Amino acid sequence: MAFLFAQFLTGLANASSLFLVASGLSLIFGVTRIVNFAHGSFYMLGAFIGVTLMEILPGHFGFWGSILLTGLAVGVIGAFVEIVVLRPIYRAPELFQLVATFGVILVIQDLALMIWGAEDRLGPRAPGLRGVWRIFGEPVPKYDIVLIAITPFILFALWYLITKTRVGVLVRAATQDREMVGALGVNQAWLFTGVFALGSALAGWGGALQLPKGGADLLMDFNIIGAVFVVVVIGGMGSLPGAFIAAVLISVLNVLGVTYIPQSTLVLMFVVMAIVLIIRPYGLLGREEVAGEHGQVGAPETPIRPYGPTGQAVIAALLLVLAALPLVVDQFVLILMIDMVVFALFAASLHFILGTGGLVSFGHAAFFGGGAYAAALLVFHTGTPMELAFLFAPLAAGLLALGIGWFCIRLTGVYFAMLTLAFSQLVWSLAYQWRAVTRGDDGLVNIWPSDWLSETIPYYYFTLILGIGGILFLRHVIHAPFGYALRAGRDSPRQAEAMGINVKRVQYAAFALAGVMAGLAGGIFVFSKGSVFPTELEIAASFDALIVVFLGGVKTLAGGVVGAGFMTMVEDWLTRLEYWRLLLGLVIIAVVIIAPEGIVGSIRTAWNKYRGTEEEIAK
Amino acid sequence: MNLTRRMMLAAATALALVPAAGMAQETIKVGEINHYKRMAAFAEPYKMGIELALKEINADGGVLGKPLEFVFRDDQGDPAEAVKIAEELMTRDGAVMLTGTILSHVGLALSSFAAEKGYLYLAAEPLADSLVWASGNPNTFRLRASTWIQAAMLAEEAAKTDAVKYATIAPNYAYGQDAVAAFKENLKRLKPEVEFVAEQWPALFKIDAGAEVQAIERAKPDAIYNVTFGTDLAKLVREGGDRGLFDGRNVYGLLTGEPEYLDPLGDEAPEGWFVTGYPWYAFEDGTPEKAFVDAYMEETGETPKIGSLVGYLTAQSIAAAIEKAGATDTAALIEAFEGLEIEDTPIGPLAYRAVDNQSTMGAYVGTLALEDGKGVMVDWEYKTPDGYLPSDEEITAMRPAE
Amino acid sequence: MTEILRVENLKKSYDGFLAVNGVSFSVEQGELKALIGPNGAGKSTCFNMLMGQLKPTEGDVWFDGEKITGKLPREVWRRGVGRTFQITGTYQSMTVIENVQMALMSHHGKLFSIQPRAWKLYREEAFEFLETVSMQDQADRPCSILAYGDLKRLELAIALTHRPRLLLMDEPTAGMAPSARVELMQLVADIVRDQGVSVLFTEHDMDVVFAHAHHIMVLNRGELIADGNATEVRNNPQVQEVYLGGGTLFKEAEDA
Repeated sequence: MAFLFAQFLTGLANASSLFLVASGLSLIFGVTRIVNFAHGSFYMLGAFIGVTLMEILPGHFGFWGSILLTGLAVGVIGAFVEIVVLRPIYRAPELFQLVATFGVILVIQDLALMIWGAEDRLGPRAPGLRGVWRIFGEPVPKYDIVLIAITPFILFALWYLITKTRVGVLVRAATQDREMVGALGVNQAWLFTGVFALGSALAGWGGALQLPKGGADLLMDFNIIGAVFVVVVIGGMGSLPGAFIAAVLISVLNVLGVTYIPQSTLVLMFVVMAIVLIIRPYGLLGREEVAGEHGQVGAPETPIRPYGPTGQAVIAALLLVLAALPLVVDQFVLILMIDMVVFALFAASLHFILGTGGLVSFGHAAFFGGGAYAAALLVFHTGTPMELAFLFAPLAAGLLALGIGWFCIRLTGVYFAMLTLAFSQLVWSLAYQWRAVTRGDDGLVNIWPSDWLSETIPYYYFTLILGIGGILFLRHVIHAPFGYALRAGRDSPRQAEAMGINVKRVQYAAFALAGVMAGLAGGIFVFSKGSVFPTELEIAASFDALIVVFLGGVKTLAGGVVGAGFMTMVEDWLTRLEYWRLLLGLVIIAVVIIAPEGIVGSIRTAWNKYRGTEEEIAK
Repeated sequence: MNLTRRMMLAAATALALVPAAGMAQETIKVGEINHYKRMAAFAEPYKMGIELALKEINADGGVLGKPLEFVFRDDQGDPAEAVKIAEELMTRDGAVMLTGTILSHVGLALSSFAAEKGYLYLAAEPLADSLVWASGNPNTFRLRASTWIQAAMLAEEAAKTDAVKYATIAPNYAYGQDAVAAFKENLKRLKPEVEFVAEQWPALFKIDAGAEVQAIERAKPDAIYNVTFGTDLAKLVREGGDRGLFDGRNVYGLLTGEPEYLDPLGDEAPEGWFVTGYPWYAFEDGTPEKAFVDAYMEETGETPKIGSLVGYLTAQSIAAAIEKAGATDTAALIEAFEGLEIEDTPIGPLAYRAVDNQSTMGAYVGTLALEDGKGVMVDWEYKTPDGYLPSDEEITAMRPAE
Repeated sequence: MTEILRVENLKKSYDGFLAVNGVSFSVEQGELKALIGPNGAGKSTCFNMLMGQLKPTEGDVWFDGEKITGKLPREVWRRGVGRTFQITGTYQSMTVIENVQMALMSHHGKLFSIQPRAWKLYREEAFEFLETVSMQDQADRPCSILAYGDLKRLELAIALTHRPRLLLMDEPTAGMAPSARVELMQLVADIVRDQGVSVLFTEHDMDVVFAHAHHIMVLNRGELIADGNATEVRNNPQVQEVYLGGGTLFKEAEDA
């Protein structure tokens, strides 16, 4: 009993930092609808700034004063980021801002490396709080008790701010209905900046408060962001009490998991999230998202049309150039092209459900990696011929999509996104932990193509035919009645249902098709690299695809493909430089600000403006 | 080498913004791939070790009369990216062989790639046993002492004590799992009566240290085997120290004594742990070990890490192999690496075993103590892998048929 | 005349508040019937229950002798019920005619088809529907730049594609200029006459209601207080009481 109680206390202490960071994210999302992936970076900045200040300021006052100052400093940084990066793009399509926040992550990573160096910093101890108190005979670190005691005060302070002050009223109003705030005569821009600053400050405090239990290092931004999103989603996006309950729930379950199922550490929280979302689709205290409530921001998508004769000629010429490429360039260019086509197909498959279907998936890598793994497992364990194993990649990915989609498709918006993320994490952990079959992160190696494809040039043509073929097929589907039905369900689910379209079933089929195509890309990928590792199933892999789709332009047909090509080139170029993350981050932010409709979308807008036609039909 | 090819190389070199050192005189290039951003704390000392060796080698006239040059590339810690870069290094930049990586899975990807394409890959830092054993191939050599070897050294020490009940804690991925398996197997062989009462598997760099410490304490082990490192280690040491987990218990720490992990702990370094590591501060004057440390500190102004030593030995090995081969084609280089012997390295003679392409680099073992507010290894000893390896027959059986 | 729609004792409560409280009525074949009532009377709630957008707490809906209570909108649609919305829900990313074509694709069971060139499918048929609502000139404009009244007409065209036997129209003329309202309702009346469709609509504009509806129902606080022809409803004391504030509307209607 005493032991259980001590475990409970450990869980509560862990919940403290998690709650601070999560409450900030939840506030920001609730008011601005920005899914802020850079939130982990503010947490990391909090830790580094905290360590630095504590080295300067001595004693009790120095320690607690440093923590206070850290939050303020991170809040100011947050405000700066909001004003410079996010404010110009509030009118961009839904979730576009997350691409900008991704750029911010990269910039902050390199800046932190420049300022604080590569070595991990051990956090200073809180003065007078080293050691343990014994509670029912169990040792409990003093600082844990302090954390447990502080958290309710922070929750109370936030609650007071939100419910009892004018600012809080505005924040709540904005969470409920953004237009209303404008009607109240409030400067919405500054409200957003303020909330973003407060949210960042909370993350900064979270980073500083955990110092005596850990430290500051350059990986902590990514290491916390998963848990924070899980907490926010389980609690219900935008709900502070929800975030608190979820932080405690996750932390306590983690502690119990560590003791009774030590192998569970990778997946436990994602399993909890999946269960919660399946039972309560909007989190514990979340509010149902009304479809389209904050959806169609910015100009609506223009009607689509396949390319006319000129466009077709250009595409044909481009394909000819690609086909003739092996005659003129060296082997590495072909390798780069293979990578690019694979990525373009992967991105196009995500774009298909994201752009045409309006379903933002955060876990699309499950199907890319899933396809790659399916083929690789067959080759590795049964020695299946490459040709047969290759066919298995899209098949298995499609089946996986049917399985995952069955749970996810009933959700909408951010909750759909988070459930796909949870499932992709489950797939990842399966590949990571089930070593007897998948060899864990040692990966499956020696997955090479058959002899007739083993040289670069044949494999290049193989990739070209299947990859470009896949992309063209997806385009074909978009222009087919099925694609129209999918768009109908995205534009107005209500109208679609009233004209006999089973929107969910259409989306389900589209989700499966996207899975098949991602699996196809995964199949081409695995035989071109000769190996596959859980890296291909990571959240980061899903986000690579998501980012290129947004960068290319969600409301265009070529967005995914163009974005993938752009990103492959830029990355290949920039990673040769020392501070490539900084530069890549800046490039992403610049593209986002200059071309808020994405590369293709903005080119089209500029072209239309130049031509002076208003009703130009999209190519 | 025709003119176009050379022009392409030059263009590629300029493109890659590689220092123009090789422009005037043709150099022999080695492709080096690593996770410079993702694992900056480990990759940077490693790179400086290489650069120190290169400076010395080229001051002595280079290899085969030409300067030796490393082309450093960042793979973002992504195996697929590493494979792509490897292709570019070999086909476009004119590298004669590949080396690098810290993360085992990237090393395994490069190893498989090298075998398929007929390139040579020297895995510098990856520790995975499978690199030269279960997934071994003739094109891959490995420098650093593997997980198995280092775990076996700790197990040998553990077997000398009365401890019977063991708890293990290791990051939940291939390296951690291999390290625990190797320790268990070696210890059980030496002392069959031991039992493992708790096995803890925190997620890498996401340890919930308080909970892990409570879970281990609950199992009441006599001794603990630790594989965590980096921030996980720091948190474990802190929580475990506060809660008295290590009091009266023997603790064995894999890699815990390496400066990369020990230095950040400062005055909270856990005294009394028996660890593998790198006691650079304790070498005696006049030894090659000390000479390397001095040269490194003079060159970089920093204290050496284990990565510095590995980097230095990597460049030395490659230079020696090229000299021995007398050529730079892959077949000649592979032949040269098989059974390659280098007399004077900072750790004494170094060789590459013909049976599994693994080098004879060993490891330093010792006990942690606090000196001047810093953790150091005392009563340390350098051990070669001899006696800690499976038999040659067993190894040959593990390696895929060649 | 045969009965096409019958509603029995329909109730909807939200947390104990009865938005619709025991409403019963029927719609005959070929009838143009209005459902009116002040704001918050429960008209839209009532409508949403008829076609399945909302599930009733109690009561039943019968369409052509078949119980359709609790069926999904698309299932109700399949049985021959079309619907337009108070706030239009057209497909913003499509052209006007594609909106109609989409409905036809659904009507012809082509939703999962991947045959090429959907924009050519049923184009002529769709054009005829656009002609019915006089939208043929705007066929190839993007839907997103249409005037509001045109969107309403487009929705009507969309609803007609399925050749419904009953059309539910929620405030078909809201937000339109007075002349356009008369035009649209005349159009609806013509459709009722020519095609034998039944129409049930809610409306704010009493001119429209009294000029065109065959029968009128009045809903107040979730309860039906009148159901009859224009004169009967106008003379109903309860209705007059409810519309005391809006009495001018009645006078205008009387004058008309």
